[in-house]
Amino acid sequence: MSRRSQQQAPVDTNQPEVPEDELLSATGEGDEVMEEAEEQEGYTSSTPTSSLTWISWFCSLPGHDYFCEVAEDFIEDDFNLTGLNAMVPFWKEAMEMVLDVEPDEDSAKIPDVSIVEASAELLYGLVHQRYVLTRAGLHAMAEKYEAGVFGSCPRVYCMGCNVVPCGRSDLPGLDTVKLFCPNCNDIYVPASSRFQGVDGAFFGTTFAHLFFQTYRELMPAPFWKHPSSSGSLSPSLSPRSVTGSNSSQQAPFVNPNPHGGQKRAAGKVYVPRIYGFKVSERAKSGPRMQWMRIRPESPEELDEVDWRGRWIDDEEDQYDDGIDGEAEEDRRMEDFDPVRHALSPMPYRGAHILHRITQTMMTTMTTTKRKKKRSRRRLLLEEVDVML
Amino acid sequence: MLRRTVEDASTGSDSDYSNSWISWFLSSKGNEYFCEVEEDYILDRFNLTGLNTEVQNYTQALDLITDNLDDDFQEELRGSLDIQARLLYGLIHARWIVTCAWTGQDDKYKKADFGRCPRVLCQGQPLLPIGLTDVPYEKSVKLYCGRCEDIYSPKSSRHGSIDGAYFGTSFPHLLYLVYPSLLPLKSGPTDPTRGAGAVGLVPGAGATVDDPRRRGRAREELVEGSDGLGDTINTAAVALRAERYRPRIFGFQVNEVAKLQRWQEAVRDRQVARLEALEGP
Ligand SMILES: [Zn+2]
Ligand SMILES: [Zn+2]
Repeated sequence: MSRRSQQQAPVDTNQPEVPEDELLSATGEGDEVMEEAEEQEGYTSSTPTSSLTWISWFCSLPGHDYFCEVAEDFIEDDFNLTGLNAMVPFWKEAMEMVLDVEPDEDSAKIPDVSIVEASAELLYGLVHQRYVLTRAGLHAMAEKYEAGVFGSCPRVYCMGCNVVPCGRSDLPGLDTVKLFCPNCNDIYVPASSRFQGVDGAFFGTTFAHLFFQTYRELMPAPFWKHPSSSGSLSPSLSPRSVTGSNSSQQAPFVNPNPHGGQKRAAGKVYVPRIYGFKVSERAKSGPRMQWMRIRPESPEELDEVDWRGRWIDDEEDQYDDGIDGEAEEDRRMEDFDPVRHALSPMPYRGAHILHRITQTMMTTMTTTKRKKKRSRRRLLLEEVDVML
Repeated sequence: MLRRTVEDASTGSDSDYSNSWISWFLSSKGNEYFCEVEEDYILDRFNLTGLNTEVQNYTQALDLITDNLDDDFQEELRGSLDIQARLLYGLIHARWIVTCAWTGQDDKYKKADFGRCPRVLCQGQPLLPIGLTDVPYEKSVKLYCGRCEDIYSPKSSRHGSIDGAYFGTSFPHLLYLVYPSLLPLKSGPTDPTRGAGAVGLVPGAGATVDDPRRRGRAREELVEGSDGLGDTINTAAVALRAERYRPRIFGFQVNEVAKLQRWQEAVRDRQVARLEALEGP
């Protein structure tokens, strides 16, 4: 059996097979896969041709872009493999294959070489999970990271922050590889379908975070201050001027926590707007998730919350402040305002639609029956006024 | 014959030429995010107010879109007119989609034609297209996830070059404002019947009704209906149900990240308390 066939499904699970048409979907990635697969056609036997080791061959396969090459002496050191032999069938044969050792005569007992190939892959993946936690492995991955091999965060306001592969489990066969973004501290599905067959356990749950602990200059800090919001309520700048000349004039970034991220974060948070007006949190459909992305302006503010996650000087009436005035965090999220800025030629735009929406909202409100809703209704009306 | 020349002048992607400019435009590669603006809407000049100042050769561009362009229109101008026609269609499209009349068409949202949220914990929530500005030629289209309430770049560069102004900054927010029952759940698997069902509730609203006034009425009924349904939805505390990824090293949380996440969750809790106080007991 050829190498080509096993590379399609290295994960031995019930991961849905990538349908053919999706591979070929117009993203262009499909074509790439096919071409690369064609190139690999030559290496069909279990012993890769002369110069190419099994490891470099494996890492060059389409979809294996995230793997780094594990040093052979790491694999040869039994200490590094502790416990793995119980997880990998045909351990000895798999080891021989990975290390390009001529197989013993008695390996003729193996019914099908493709079984050994699957074992070799599993073995390599599990060793890889451990190797990327070593100094050499971290270094190898850092080179790939800087080269952008893992891609960047799909979230718009992470501003193209590079991501690293990560697993959601350290046990193989449970989930495919994901990508961790150090800016939003969240995980994403790789954009290309060719990674849908790569086991997340081959990268493990720890690597991504150990990586950013090791390379702190690559890790965004947990606080962020808008470059233009130096205390004043100055009108927001257009996105271009913020990313442009403005940022180059900034002082070098310092995080007072030496163990924390030393990179300036991309801290903008998306603010939903309707015709330039912020959608009120009082609306049912109002923003509920901005907390997940916001950062305090200064590192000290992080200490305002105790280890249980409660505000250290919290007064009940702080909630009331939030109702009338704007809560602190709302204001913080307001600074980036592309829409209001860009909407100067707006007045006529969608005026009729606005009228309809207003009617809609009126209808909505008049049919609201519960008495308790009065205050909210009033607030909605106020917004309507603003909109008109 | 006219169709032919326009195709040749532009991308020339699909060779099967259709009977109208709009269906040709919609079937062109890269235009999958656009939906069909009903001709009645385009022919109602009131809906186009102000666009004549934004589009050069407005009259001819409009004629081209509505298949009324004179056959003796100068060939050499066709190419540039096509660009203006695309701009005009895009700007009309931005106005059309916020009327929510498209919900009756085949539901691109339900079918996840705009893709699914790349965030793992959003579990494949279908996305909606959105612009970062309403001014054309400034920013490409982005995708909004109603579950994590964030915006993402399209996976494919083909969609990354579509003008965001053709969808506008307001569309997803208006949709969820008018139909709160469409709001995605914050946790658990994405429920395809939710949202889909709500749009399906639109008897008549979407059915290609000839009289726009009738359609309008149907929509109002729907709004009332969905408000009755929406009234039972209390979204004050939904954020508490949202799942989060927690970075760990050998099972232990990473100090600085954990601290940030605690702070963020305290901000969340404060908002929940604020909203619950508003709702009343
Ligand atoms: Zn990110
Ligand atoms: Zn999402």
